[in-house]
Amino acid sequence: MVATTLAHTWEDLAGGPVPSRRMEDWRFTDLAVLTAIEPRPWSGGDPLASLQLPAGVSRLTDAELDVVAGQTLAHTGCDGHWPVRLNAHASPVRLGLRVAAHTASQPLALQFDAGDQGELLAVHLVLQLEPGASLQVAQRVSSTGVGVVSLVCEATLAADARLDWGLVAQGQTDAALLGHLAVVQAPGSALNLTAVSAGWGLSRLEPRVFQAAGAAHTRLRGLQWVDDHQLADTHSLVRFEGPDGQLDQLHKTVAAGAGRSVFNGAVQVPQAAQRTDAAQLSRSLLLSDRARVDTKPELEIVADDVKCAHGATLSRLQQEELFYLQSRGIAADQAARLLLAGYCQDVLRELPAAAAGWQPLAKQLLEP
Amino acid sequence: MIRPDAPVLLEVRDLRASVEDQPILHGVNLTIRAGEIHAVMGRNGSGKSTLSKVLAGHPAYTVTGGTVTYQGQNLLELDPEQRARIGLFLGFQYPVEIPGVSNLEFLRVATNARRQQGGAAELDTFAFEDLVRERLAVVQMDPAFLERSVNEGFSGGEKKRNEILQMALLEPVVAILDETDSGLDIDALRIVAGGVNQLASPDNATLLITHYQRLLDLITPDHVHVMAAGRILRSGGPELAHELERIGYDWVDQELALAEVG
Repeated sequence: MVATTLAHTWEDLAGGPVPSRRMEDWRFTDLAVLTAIEPRPWSGGDPLASLQLPAGVSRLTDAELDVVAGQTLAHTGCDGHWPVRLNAHASPVRLGLRVAAHTASQPLALQFDAGDQGELLAVHLVLQLEPGASLQVAQRVSSTGVGVVSLVCEATLAADARLDWGLVAQGQTDAALLGHLAVVQAPGSALNLTAVSAGWGLSRLEPRVFQAAGAAHTRLRGLQWVDDHQLADTHSLVRFEGPDGQLDQLHKTVAAGAGRSVFNGAVQVPQAAQRTDAAQLSRSLLLSDRARVDTKPELEIVADDVKCAHGATLSRLQQEELFYLQSRGIAADQAARLLLAGYCQDVLRELPAAAAGWQPLAKQLLEP
Repeated sequence: MIRPDAPVLLEVRDLRASVEDQPILHGVNLTIRAGEIHAVMGRNGSGKSTLSKVLAGHPAYTVTGGTVTYQGQNLLELDPEQRARIGLFLGFQYPVEIPGVSNLEFLRVATNARRQQGGAAELDTFAFEDLVRERLAVVQMDPAFLERSVNEGFSGGEKKRNEILQMALLEPVVAILDETDSGLDIDALRIVAGGVNQLASPDNATLLITHYQRLLDLITPDHVHVMAAGRILRSGGPELAHELERIGYDWVDQELALAEVG
């Protein structure tokens, strides 16, 4: 049910003070865009009213959800995080889905739009993939004006399950997105998570993936685009709790205008996680002197027999590339858009077909 | 093909240019008429690549004096893209790799920019594919290269073929080919030179920038110019290239020293 009243302040609503920049995890992330909005309950009706479940996917009952909701958040250590508590206290729309063992479901599309009435749309999604199950999810969260989206997603992948998950987050300068994506993977499972975020005044995404006994594949792709005075922050954490796990992570940023981009990529390889093979790359493109990028890999490696590579690059549009295109008759602004589209392409092409159809970054890449 | 009455396509007069406040060109003069093939030869650092980049409008180079007239208009006041659209083409010595941008899409956008300038209709994806497949034959290029990112992971020879393919699509009036022969084995060189010969016509002109005679064995120039210290020191016919091959460039230093004294 949708609440009829909310607390007067975000602090009251979440039951704890709004994170400040004195906290290490929020050092670069100012929540001013969020706190400028008064917390107001969602009145836009049931966002799941038109939900159509594809073959192979079944919906958990409320009783089942009461049992499993929160388990993955606890396992990945974020149940106490402020955005997660805010979600829990905001009477979220809850959706629990299960893919039965050895079932390959049809693609699932989920769309949540916070509108422009300055309301809080809270969504709590639980995905359960039984052994050998596979699921492709195209998920869109958006806001067309002032609004707040609180997104908490939990996914558990049993042995040999496969989840291809594309999240497209398209916001507005007066809108805020707080998202947690918590995943626990059993051995033999594969996660392919691609998150694209653009346009939000404030966007904070926290993918947290735990390989509960190692020996799983995790592939993370992220792309965030900031312009004007927007701020996008991705704090990712991948933890290997057993041996032979693999991670392939690429995070890309485009920072234009006076935009700010933050990436913090934590990878934890404790003693039990021998023969882990992890690679993380953060690439940032600065389009303006007023934009700012803070990027930080955070590798905690205890096991000794591991391969862990990380790298970070920061660049501008290359004059030689621009000149090459111009020398073929392509106008400077179109040449720049082609180069930017090319830069974004290796993340965008990983999105499931339905998500690509939403044309993330169309505003940034196609409009003159 | 030399025809004294052929229209002048490109007229360079006392062209001076610098990069990062360092003067490189010290007064270049060059007249190119329709139907002609010119070769500019010279050692590394003589200014020949700078000349090609200045003509194409590279932003890193500043023109500090002189004029360039292209088909009667002041070329130097045009942006690089405008120069390309009216028919000036630069084949790059080091074609640039552009990850994520499909070669086919790049070629289509470039071809349409040139066509629009000439008043022709834009080609849609299908019409363009027909055209590009036909032009691929000019450089014997595998269509698979169309599906890849622009020049990304191409060998040296494939990159140069891709340059000539662009030339075949853009149908330039004046094509400047900067060290197109560098890094090519003899088979690739033959294919690239064959492409250039096929595209040469009485209505257009080609300016080859090269170090070596071997390209000129395959493309016979009408005029050969020797460049040194940012100017053209000597001009002649194809025999000048052969002479250079025989005697090298050492005489250049003597001639420059004399010029200093004089």
